[in-house]
Amino acid sequence: MKPFTYIKPESLGKALTVKKSSTQYIAGGTNLVDLMKKQITQPDAVEDISQLLSDDIKLESKGILIGAMAKNSAVAVNKNILTNFPLVSKALLAGASPQIRNMASIGGNLLQRTRCPYFYDVTLNCNKRTPGTGCSAIKGENRMSAIVGYSNHCVAVHPSDLCVALAALDASVSIINKNQKKEVIAFKSFHRLPDEHPEKDNHLPEDALIASVQIPNNPFSKNYAYIKLRDRDSYAFALVSVAAALHLNKNIIQEARLASGGVAHKPWRWTEAESFLKGKSATVENFVKAADIIATGLKPLSGNGFKVQLLKGAVETALQKCLTP
Amino acid sequence: MSENKGLRRRSFLQITVLASVITAIPASVKAFYQQVKKIIIPPAQTLPLTISINKKKYNITADTRTTLLDLLRENLQLTGTKKGCDYGQCGACTVHVNGERVLSCLTLPAMVAGKEVTTIEGLTTNGKLHPMQEAFIECDGFQCGYCTPGQIMSAVACVQEGHTHTVAEIKEFMSGNLCRCGAYNGIVESIQKVAAQ
Repeated sequence: MKPFTYIKPESLGKALTVKKSSTQYIAGGTNLVDLMKKQITQPDAVEDISQLLSDDIKLESKGILIGAMAKNSAVAVNKNILTNFPLVSKALLAGASPQIRNMASIGGNLLQRTRCPYFYDVTLNCNKRTPGTGCSAIKGENRMSAIVGYSNHCVAVHPSDLCVALAALDASVSIINKNQKKEVIAFKSFHRLPDEHPEKDNHLPEDALIASVQIPNNPFSKNYAYIKLRDRDSYAFALVSVAAALHLNKNIIQEARLASGGVAHKPWRWTEAESFLKGKSATVENFVKAADIIATGLKPLSGNGFKVQLLKGAVETALQKCLTP
Repeated sequence: MSENKGLRRRSFLQITVLASVITAIPASVKAFYQQVKKIIIPPAQTLPLTISINKKKYNITADTRTTLLDLLRENLQLTGTKKGCDYGQCGACTVHVNGERVLSCLTLPAMVAGKEVTTIEGLTTNGKLHPMQEAFIECDGFQCGYCTPGQIMSAVACVQEGHTHTVAEIKEFMSGNLCRCGAYNGIVESIQKVAAQ
């Protein structure tokens, strides 16, 4: 690890003022310390903001507000989350280990870097780690890589489970920018696709901080499911994951939400399949058709063609599981 | 004057010069290395820390890069906590911070200032083993024992959190602790035993 200065700013304003491009904020540290040890991120200074941001989980009239410093484990067992937004808890508990969930913050979860093996190996080329060096995964070991939304520059996937649920539930992200002004970014436009600049994971402005995540009230607290398929049963990143939620009136789908992890550079919403399901009856046949719609748009790489079948199965299973959560 | 058959004046001078050059090289190389090192390798930064471990206060100055795990093992000689992968993937370094299980290899000690850290050394009371430690011995919860301190710290938290209703639940909530010997059945049994007490 490169030597660094540890800074503990006394206020949020101070934290934003002293932040430089060569320094890094630290909240839970579960990703940053790892990246520093592997010399992928080498900050001159680390700014501890863990005491400056709220960890409150507040039920409001419009929905729920989760402070950026709330720990993953605390959100997963929060009463209001379990009652009104249980999909969020399901997704959180599918991720990492109890130890890591006790440390990791919600803000940090959104900002975690990809686990692409080429990003993690500093001896190999990676456009996300060192722009312009080329993507080793496109023609390399890419069974964990993307099957949609990738570019010639990067085929990495976003590793979060929580973000898949947040994408499905149309969350939004409140941020504080360098000038201490608050801004709100819709969750669907928070993360970005790699295009020609895979070094950028999201649209969070330079040196800005995430203050909170909001989830609007929704009718999905009864019929929901989170399916995560991976190489081992627990404590592994997703090959594919599916967050599904249905708003049913008798057997008719009023509204459907479908999102996936492990398939793209950002949490991916399947809007075509959602519109197909709207107004249809909740039957296995319709679920299979929705999965087919999703599968037609996929472009697997040399080593991850199996993800197409895997995803189809996961979508069908998730939708069926919504009926008996 | 008779010819000196041993050492001639010329060769004596040559040897002396050579010897002094040879002895001078290491000193100048060392100085050169130190200078290069200063330019290439940035100097370590240190930080004074006040940290409470197993209800004992420590005032210590450490390199900012020192993780809680390294601080425990290298600076404080609390070697019960083990270093497995050092990248948050194996759980061998599990300790409690304010009663919650965390990974000490991914924790900067400065971030736990004002909080209470408990390690495997802090589980015993008056020399008496913690019930979980007893259970691991009785149920064969280990073989080589390297992952055991982490397993036990995690198991104690698992029981406190109440994730012990089924074997599947125990396995899910112990998945952050790997055991290469495969003592998993004994570990699950130990947890069931303590949870039932």
